[in-house]
Amino acid sequence: MIATDVSHRSFHVWQRNRDVFLHLWKAELSWPIVEPVLIMIGLGLGLGTFVELDGEQDYLQFITPGLLAVFPMFAAVSECGWGSYSRMEMQHTFDAIVATPVSVDDIITGEIIWAASRAMLNTFYILLVALVLTPFYDLVESPLFWACLPFAFVHGFMFGSMSLGYTANVRAMSQLMYFFSLIVMPMFYLGGVFFPLDDLSEGFQIAAWFLPITHVVNINRALVSGGLDWAHIIDLAWILVVGAVLFRFALWSMRRRLIN
Amino acid sequence: MATTANQVVVGRAVTKRYKDLVAVDHIDFEVRQGECFGILGPNGAGKTTTIRMITCVSPLTEGELHVVGLDVNKCQREIKSRIGVVPQDDNLDPDLTVLENLLVYARYFDIPPEIAEERAWDGLRLFHLEEKVKETINHLSGGLKRRLTIVRALINDPELLVLDEPTTGLDPQARHLVWQKLRQLKQRGITMLLTTHYMEEAARLCDRLLIIDQAKIIAEGRPSDLIEQHAGHEVVEIRTDNADPEEVKKRLRGRTNGYELEQHEDTIYLFGVDGSVSETDYEDLSELGSEVLLRRASLEDVFLRLTGRGLTE
Repeated sequence: MIATDVSHRSFHVWQRNRDVFLHLWKAELSWPIVEPVLIMIGLGLGLGTFVELDGEQDYLQFITPGLLAVFPMFAAVSECGWGSYSRMEMQHTFDAIVATPVSVDDIITGEIIWAASRAMLNTFYILLVALVLTPFYDLVESPLFWACLPFAFVHGFMFGSMSLGYTANVRAMSQLMYFFSLIVMPMFYLGGVFFPLDDLSEGFQIAAWFLPITHVVNINRALVSGGLDWAHIIDLAWILVVGAVLFRFALWSMRRRLIN
Repeated sequence: MATTANQVVVGRAVTKRYKDLVAVDHIDFEVRQGECFGILGPNGAGKTTTIRMITCVSPLTEGELHVVGLDVNKCQREIKSRIGVVPQDDNLDPDLTVLENLLVYARYFDIPPEIAEERAWDGLRLFHLEEKVKETINHLSGGLKRRLTIVRALINDPELLVLDEPTTGLDPQARHLVWQKLRQLKQRGITMLLTTHYMEEAARLCDRLLIIDQAKIIAEGRPSDLIEQHAGHEVVEIRTDNADPEEVKKRLRGRTNGYELEQHEDTIYLFGVDGSVSETDYEDLSELGSEVLLRRASLEDVFLRLTGRGLTE
């Protein structure tokens, strides 16, 4: 495996993205809040009236931990997709940074930890909505719910790495859409967010197990609804393994693109 | 390779090859303390590639290159922390203000915020940008952006300032202002390395320069020496327009002793390399073309003679 050249300076890349974000945050505030709320209303409350789950669980209760996985995933993926691509190819920000003591590996790491932070922020927005609705719908049942925030950083890092590894191999912005429709959307629909995977055929369950999002949903479900147990270590381990591999892949691909 | 304190950049047999292209082919050069050194060449000659190697952005395929006494293959971070780079394409942060651009950039060098702010203001004052501090980059003209990019490159108090075509795309006023400021920086003792394809820029700013074409060095020296050597003191330009250039050349035969004759399209050039064109000679020549011009030889003549007038792109 290649050695990394990551230093504390990756944090300066994170700071740069934060500074730009603080200029534009009002413009970027709507979708991370409005979209999850729309899904909660449309699917949770609307479609939910037709759904019968085991036990007493409401459909809205069922999908909320999943939303805490997929919307932060969208945030991380977009940040290291459209965000990184425009910083790299359109604004030439990476070119400006590599002229300083910040290395290419620092840039990549900074971009990914920024994506992880965006995932955390989106998790925070959805948790707020969930907490507001909890007196009416019992959405948050475990005091461990706050652990969704640091956990969002972990899975945000994985999704950010996945996205940046793809972005590094893209020649035009329009190609980013393929990643969204072929990788991200299947995880959105098939990762155990909208229906329990237990009821599906064995083959499907095995396939879904390999999707990282499935494990993110499992852990979020345990943190929000209670029921965290040792078995979740496997979920976390899988996320860490996939994250480490994808991070290496992102480093390798981006170096190939930027150092020539 | 040993370098002395006086040598800010030393390159030996510096080579860059891409898959099926040799971008820079075994070039040797050195930049000395306090001088302004120019790399001239047509588009695609290898100027920017050379700059990218010096600034540790692109690794060498072959050869040796030391910048501020350090090997570019080993000490990228340290070299980068001690040089300033003004890239050819604008890459300021469009969403940030003028001042924020400088402070964010200073952070990449681990410069403490107080010092960064002090240096930012010094640079902004020097380049007359202090009234623009709160503007976002999108609202700046090309000339202002370029000035800001130079201020940004000075934020780490560099030992060497590397400028890749610093005035390309600027209008004449903006270009003259940038030249003036660069001369001021030179007076302060900053070593500069610049690439350009504007001969006037090279002649005005550079103490020494090298001309590269098709990845190789074809001439180097002081601008005045290069002019004398390759174009002489004066040049006679004869525009033939409707007359047949061959006919004009025939009539010139025997009357151009000591001059070197070259024809490009509809113009014949006489370079007085071994002597100068006398008044009488000039009078004699003036009836040969629709426009006959006697002028001082310039770096442009050197450049065009050595690199040929054909477009390389």
